[in-house]
Amino acid sequence: MDMEAAKLIGAGLAAIGAGMAAIGVGNVFGSFLESALRNPGAADGQQGRLFIGFAAAELLGLLAFVVAMILIFVA
Amino acid sequence: MAAETAKVDPMHQFTIEPLLGANMDVAGFNIAFTNSALWMLITAVVLWIFMLGGMKRELVPGRWQMTVETFTGFIDDMLEANVGKEGRKYVPYIFSLFMFILFANLLGLLPLGIVGLHPFTFTSHFTVTGVLAIISFSIVLIVGFWKHGFHFFSLFVPHGTPLPMIPIIFPIELISFLVRPFSLGLRLFVAMMAGHVLLEVLSSFVIDGWNAGAGFGLLVGVPSFLLMIGICALELLVAAIQAYVFALLSSLYINDAENLH
Repeated sequence: MDMEAAKLIGAGLAAIGAGMAAIGVGNVFGSFLESALRNPGAADGQQGRLFIGFAAAELLGLLAFVVAMILIFVA
Repeated sequence: MAAETAKVDPMHQFTIEPLLGANMDVAGFNIAFTNSALWMLITAVVLWIFMLGGMKRELVPGRWQMTVETFTGFIDDMLEANVGKEGRKYVPYIFSLFMFILFANLLGLLPLGIVGLHPFTFTSHFTVTGVLAIISFSIVLIVGFWKHGFHFFSLFVPHGTPLPMIPIIFPIELISFLVRPFSLGLRLFVAMMAGHVLLEVLSSFVIDGWNAGAGFGLLVGVPSFLLMIGICALELLVAAIQAYVFALLSSLYINDAENLH
């Protein structure tokens, strides 16, 4: 296979990771809302943890983006 | 390479250009005043004006003072919730960090392109966010070793770890600790870069769509433009969230140094 084509296919495959991170981030906020509606009084105290979870889930998606960028522009 | 054939190069906006003293060298390093430095200066000046307007300490605060005090109170609450009473001495650092990143992100999103200026988001460069992350990490290390001495290493062995597990747990915790400055800087830099690339790609859809004829313009250009408005709102949210996450994680790491586990 042509080297250039292989890089672009790899970058495209890395985009799957971004979609996976979307599931993760959706899961974080979805679970938070679900439980916040059950117990609204406790919701405000957990906002810090919500954003920690969001940051952790998002980082992995951003790593997938970095892989794609490295494949297209650096490698 | 794909980027070279595209009409709109989404990476061009991140180019660093020297504005003053392009040939100034100190010990082999170029110290030209770049557009990145210019926007850091603008951010610092805007932040300074913002703070100056809110520090009149009136007994009955006006709107401006209320805005500033909301931000300081927000950071104060965050540190008190995450670090505790001793966390209050870090308010100046975390507050400066949060406001600097927030203002940088927001100023980089300003639609100055319509008057011919090119806003530059310096937080979309790993050199900048990496240095900010290293400052946070050094504070954690200095405070940790200053306060706890070599007892600081007990951070890597959580309470109640069974003795046979220590040789395995210790390297894992150590690596996860050492990766922190990297992930902290990477998160901000990639989130800002991805957002700006996305906006640029969408704008290239609008431009190329209308260039290809009115049919393509209506079919591709108009929906892309509507999507772009939505993404712009999302980017404003991301700019605030990333500044918040950076400050939040910095305060959590400081909590580790201050209180161990």
